[in-house]
Amino acid sequence: MDNSFLDYYNIAPVTSWINDMLCSIMPQGFAYLIEGLVIAVALILAYAVFAIILIYMERKVCAFFQLRLGPMRVGKWGLLQVFADVFKILIKEIIRLKNADNLLYELAPYVVILASILTFSCLPWHKGLQVIDYNIGVFFLLAVSSIEVVGIILAGWSSRNKYSLIGAMRSGAMMISYELSLGMVMLTMVVMTGTMSISGIVESQANGWNIFKGHIPAVIAFIIYLIAGNAEANRGPFDLSEAEQELTAGYHTEYSGMHFGFFYLAEYLNLFIVAGIATTIFLGGWMPFHVSGLDGFNAIMDYVPGIIWFLGKTFFIVFVLMWIKWTFPRLRIDQVLRLEWKYLLPLGMLNLLLMAILKVTGLVF
Amino acid sequence: MSIKDRILAIVPEATFTEQADLIATVPASSFRKLAEGLRYDKEDPMDFMRDIVGMDWGESLGAYYYLESTKTYNRIALRTETTDRENPLLPSVCDLWKTAEIKEREAYDFFGIKFTNNPDMRRIFLRDNWVGFPFRKDYDLNSNSLDMSNETNEEFSDDYLFDADGKELDKKNRIFGKKEFVVNIGPQHPSTHGVLRLRTSVVGETVTKVDPVCGYIHRGIEKMNESLTYPQTLALTDRLDYLAANQNRHALCMCIEKAIGIEIPERADYIRTIIDELQRIDSHLLYFACLIMDMGGLTPFFYGFRDREIILDILEKTTGGRLIQNYNRIGGVQADIYPEFQKDVKAFIKHMRGIIHEYHEVVTGNVIFTTRLKGMGILTNEDAISLGCTGGSGRASGWHNDVRKHHPYSMYGKVDFKEIVYNECDSFARYMVRMDEIMESMKIIEQLIDNIPEGDYLVKTKPIIRVPEGVYSTSVEASRGEFGVLIESKGDKVPYRLHYRSTGFPLVHAMDTVCRGNKIADLIAIGGSMDYVIPDIDR
Repeated sequence: MDNSFLDYYNIAPVTSWINDMLCSIMPQGFAYLIEGLVIAVALILAYAVFAIILIYMERKVCAFFQLRLGPMRVGKWGLLQVFADVFKILIKEIIRLKNADNLLYELAPYVVILASILTFSCLPWHKGLQVIDYNIGVFFLLAVSSIEVVGIILAGWSSRNKYSLIGAMRSGAMMISYELSLGMVMLTMVVMTGTMSISGIVESQANGWNIFKGHIPAVIAFIIYLIAGNAEANRGPFDLSEAEQELTAGYHTEYSGMHFGFFYLAEYLNLFIVAGIATTIFLGGWMPFHVSGLDGFNAIMDYVPGIIWFLGKTFFIVFVLMWIKWTFPRLRIDQVLRLEWKYLLPLGMLNLLLMAILKVTGLVF
Repeated sequence: MSIKDRILAIVPEATFTEQADLIATVPASSFRKLAEGLRYDKEDPMDFMRDIVGMDWGESLGAYYYLESTKTYNRIALRTETTDRENPLLPSVCDLWKTAEIKEREAYDFFGIKFTNNPDMRRIFLRDNWVGFPFRKDYDLNSNSLDMSNETNEEFSDDYLFDADGKELDKKNRIFGKKEFVVNIGPQHPSTHGVLRLRTSVVGETVTKVDPVCGYIHRGIEKMNESLTYPQTLALTDRLDYLAANQNRHALCMCIEKAIGIEIPERADYIRTIIDELQRIDSHLLYFACLIMDMGGLTPFFYGFRDREIILDILEKTTGGRLIQNYNRIGGVQADIYPEFQKDVKAFIKHMRGIIHEYHEVVTGNVIFTTRLKGMGILTNEDAISLGCTGGSGRASGWHNDVRKHHPYSMYGKVDFKEIVYNECDSFARYMVRMDEIMESMKIIEQLIDNIPEGDYLVKTKPIIRVPEGVYSTSVEASRGEFGVLIESKGDKVPYRLHYRSTGFPLVHAMDTVCRGNKIADLIAIGGSMDYVIPDIDR
């Protein structure tokens, strides 16, 4: 198959040209340092920008589900509302608690945001535009995303608040359970694509997205992933760790100002990350949509840059997850755990087996 | 055998007053025997205690006990008293009717009447360090200055336990064990539906005990009424259960009308009934919205509010008020209905019938919703009756308790409607009762709306109303249960005592029974399904 279309918008030559130029005028280590700093700033900026987009999107989407208009007053269609809110949260006081474990209490939001940013930097945005790309990328992704639960438990534990503690315990029980399912799903797709590198998984979908190539087991894996990913992102109907109707705000009840903001940012970005990873491993990442046989159509699709494909698919899944959140009531902790241990995990294991069999017999493409 | 003969057979020295309500006066010494006799009567057990009303008659303190049979719907009121004002002791009946546990606490809180052998004689509405008993007629209103200190919770409950020989037992009741993990839910909490506080003991996530602490919005409405003229007392009823504002006021108006013996025009009765039913639909829509929101589903909340808005608009056009309507007056209603009233109401009913399927599609059929509610929060039939959980929550436990059906008032005797009863006893049944009652209420309105007779909507009454001496009571089916009014008059222009039977008070009391063994998340969902409104509990 002709994969030349992949190079149309490839920006790897640009980045390597910048690298070569920097290396030619300064020592290599110094060049890497500067590049690292620039990328870090760019990542954090992108992180903040996506958070703002997502918050605005969530407000509008949920408003439309709820027969409302959402923010309309600040700026046209309320476009500046989120900026106003971000500014407000930045100037709010960070309250220190009298009886809390202060070191852990202040550490917790940073742990959460760190895990979130690390996972965020694994996303393949475009050909050649990926910050962290190991040959064990999937493994790295699972590992760093699991750090978040540490932050949440620290937050709940150190706040010295019973609601926070209950929320953190729920979160711990839930996230650790659902990570198993996530791992199972990732393994299934690794079996199918034969690589653990994230860019490798995307490249392997040049001739068709995994969800089409892997048909039955891939669709099952996709559904399990959406459920487990939703739980990992702590969003409704799995938002029982913050369960505002029960625990007021769960593990971050006691946080204020930007410390609360970090939890809030991380929650929204986790939603984006979950959707981004779903895009990457099931929906072809930044690969365009092709229908075999329709060459004209395919050629037009190729002219759409990869980053648009990636963001388009990701925001579609974000929308689906928001749709779920704003439709369903919340599950209870025992139901959440039963769903995972009795249904999703066994199903994921069987699915892995099925995928292996199909792969060996050549029934997946 | 008539109820009188039955009482005389047990307590021959009982005396009866029949001036308004049938009241049997019995001495405190034989009261307990009579209570047991009536409660465990073979043919007609008085198994539903409607209310205990504490009283101060000047030289004596005592209480009225309103009883009803769930089989024959016979009602009787008992009166007993003690002349010892320093240490007033009355026998507790909390082992016969569970609802007495909390109703006796209320009487203790306000009148200082100690009920012997009730294991929990703490104050319930007022602070533990409150001085004096405010509903006593000799209470000095200045005896409690503003206390800005934090209130601590008692570790032990007060009690007055006696053994069979009348010797006081030295036994302490610890409310929560030393090692129990007690989570304080409320009074500032998103889903206690107001300022209710539930001290909840949990093991992991499982609730082991719920101790309700009330009084955070207590305004002393009953006490205030003792210095207001009868027309003035009406203004406060809407502030009890604001989702049954019109029904509450209906009950009080009926009670005063009964006492002074005026007939209200038929047109007013029609209007009252229709507005009552609109109010019920309004309340049930809010119930739907809040129950789903308590379970984390935020979208259906807006469905309920969308359709409730139409009712509120109709109420606003009719009465001038949306939440607090002040519509009923002694002798009729405040103002006539507006010309398009019938058209608007019929349009609403058509809209509601057309849209209720949305509710069932997004909520009733939702797998998460049903698994969260089915089989959860079991309130057995016996418990519902014993705890006095009237209204939809009782009817979901298979208890036929609709006042509209069994003690018809206004137009309810003349319209055809079904009493919705479910036998599942769980949260889901409580939800379904409300959803079905919306349909029944619309049926009632449809039967009345086209037949509103012409005529006056109000009979003129004197500006100063003097109610003849006696004890009068009425009850109506409010949005969430039986709402009762008791007036004791000494022939003045102000009531000697005006008591309301709270619809939500028994429901909050039932939370302990219903929630034990369920999870914290279910506590919130069950609270939502029980449907209580706090200003009505605290009064």
